[in-house]
Amino acid sequence: MRMVMRYGIGIISAVFGVAVWASGAWAQEASQLPAVSKINSGDTAWVLAASALVLAMVSPGLALFYGGLVRSKNVLGTIMHSFIILCLVSLIWVLCGYSLAFGPDKGGVIGGLDWAGLSGVGVDPHPRYGPTIPHQAFMVFQLMFAVFTPALITGAFAERMRFSALLLFAVLWSLLVYAPLAHWVWGGGWLKKLGALDFAGGTVVHISAGVGALACALVLGQRRGYGTDYMAPHNLPFTLLGTGLLWFGWIGFNGGSALGANGTAVGAIVATQTAAATAALTWMVVEWLHRGKPTALGVASGAVAGMATVTPGAGYVSPFSAILIGLAAGTFCYFAIVCKGKLRYDDSLDVVGIHAVGGITGILATGLLASKAINPSGADGLFFGNPAQFGIQAMAACAAVLFSFIGTYMILKLVDGLMGLRVSSEEEAIGLDLSQHNERAYS
Amino acid sequence: MKLIEAIIKPFKLDEVKDALLEAGVQGMTVTEVKGFGRQKGHKETYRGTEYTIEFVPKVKIEVAVADDLVPRVLETITRSAKTGSIGDGKIFVRDLHAAVRIRTGETGESAL
Repeated sequence: MRMVMRYGIGIISAVFGVAVWASGAWAQEASQLPAVSKINSGDTAWVLAASALVLAMVSPGLALFYGGLVRSKNVLGTIMHSFIILCLVSLIWVLCGYSLAFGPDKGGVIGGLDWAGLSGVGVDPHPRYGPTIPHQAFMVFQLMFAVFTPALITGAFAERMRFSALLLFAVLWSLLVYAPLAHWVWGGGWLKKLGALDFAGGTVVHISAGVGALACALVLGQRRGYGTDYMAPHNLPFTLLGTGLLWFGWIGFNGGSALGANGTAVGAIVATQTAAATAALTWMVVEWLHRGKPTALGVASGAVAGMATVTPGAGYVSPFSAILIGLAAGTFCYFAIVCKGKLRYDDSLDVVGIHAVGGITGILATGLLASKAINPSGADGLFFGNPAQFGIQAMAACAAVLFSFIGTYMILKLVDGLMGLRVSSEEEAIGLDLSQHNERAYS
Repeated sequence: MKLIEAIIKPFKLDEVKDALLEAGVQGMTVTEVKGFGRQKGHKETYRGTEYTIEFVPKVKIEVAVADDLVPRVLETITRSAKTGSIGDGKIFVRDLHAAVRIRTGETGESAL
């Protein structure tokens, strides 16, 4: 307990220090910002609404999606993972995460701390980050992504992670893995300069969370009784409700990434809807043929896989291409999850099978199916006469896989050394709800 | 006197109860139980992970009856609980040495 307090105080004082330093810098920089262009109220309204939609994906969307999949003794602990990451990463993002990801480029690798504490990030639009919306609207939209991504990872270590270790892990992961990767792809870093296309987060969100989840499953090890105990989901209606909210929110996740109420936003929403529906149906058919019964959890998983897979290409592909992406998502992600059982790693809620496999599939599919006829600010893919784009996409996928795996692995080892990642076996048997939070979901 | 225990499919309970009342049984005790016979449970699949549920939910009915009523009760349960498919259940009969009605202190068959 004393150790937890010490780290807690350390983190809080560091955060406070940055805030004080940043508030001093604010006054100097605000006046230097050039007035770029006019704010469009329609664009701004859409990006703000989309931010709220992405917020709903984290809580209650993901919280219920994951909460339903665990055993009843861990449901509060699991919902708490998403909820506390929402609180923690929101704060970190405002204090320094946003600046590291989107601040002035330092060598293509990371953003500078110039915008720490949102110093200089005001109402005036930024030319690259939505020229018709207030800079802070872009910041808050991106904040929701920064929250959603580490919350996705929690599915890998469900039912066995210490709460205090989760807090430290989430802070370090946001700053050391998410922020640099977001900078590479969206903040003017080296992958952006290379021409990698990632509309709404195939690399930054889904590969980074999915591959990070693999590192978590490997470092934490299996749950006690994995493979022998009955670990079926305790409340699938929760999971289906969560799926519905994820789908609802994904309209904002992909549609909002156009940063305006425009044709690209509409195209992204059409592609998202098409791919989600196709992938859900594909998963159902594949599972029906392979296992003999279509399951509700299968259809839900297929829908999420379809949305994750279409995310990087949503603003660059035609509705027909979105159908192809949905077919690939439903098939590949289904068999990835079947393989998990054979490989014996306990990615408890299938973050790897859905988000890593979906993210990689989506990034590569964007390299095949992107079309300038759909979005002139994008690029043509291999099927539209530009094979080089496929190579760039493959390189972006490899970079995200390696960086996330190594980064996550090192953070986990550090946190394990400092405070221990796993609850004791007795606490695991009792469940996270009672052992970590002294409360019970159903009494 | 005999104690008849019938393990039946839960959804058949109402049908069996009505049939037994008609056959002259005055009361019964019902318990939710789990178990398996030759059916050996069922399988559940969650995203490709398969669980074998060995203990299947059943309902156990206990009826205490006078000896002359036993054949009729057995026939009634067999008829009303039957679906013809696997897992319809079993009936066990055992001797009952004594019975007491608590309110009046009556014993034997008059206590049933």
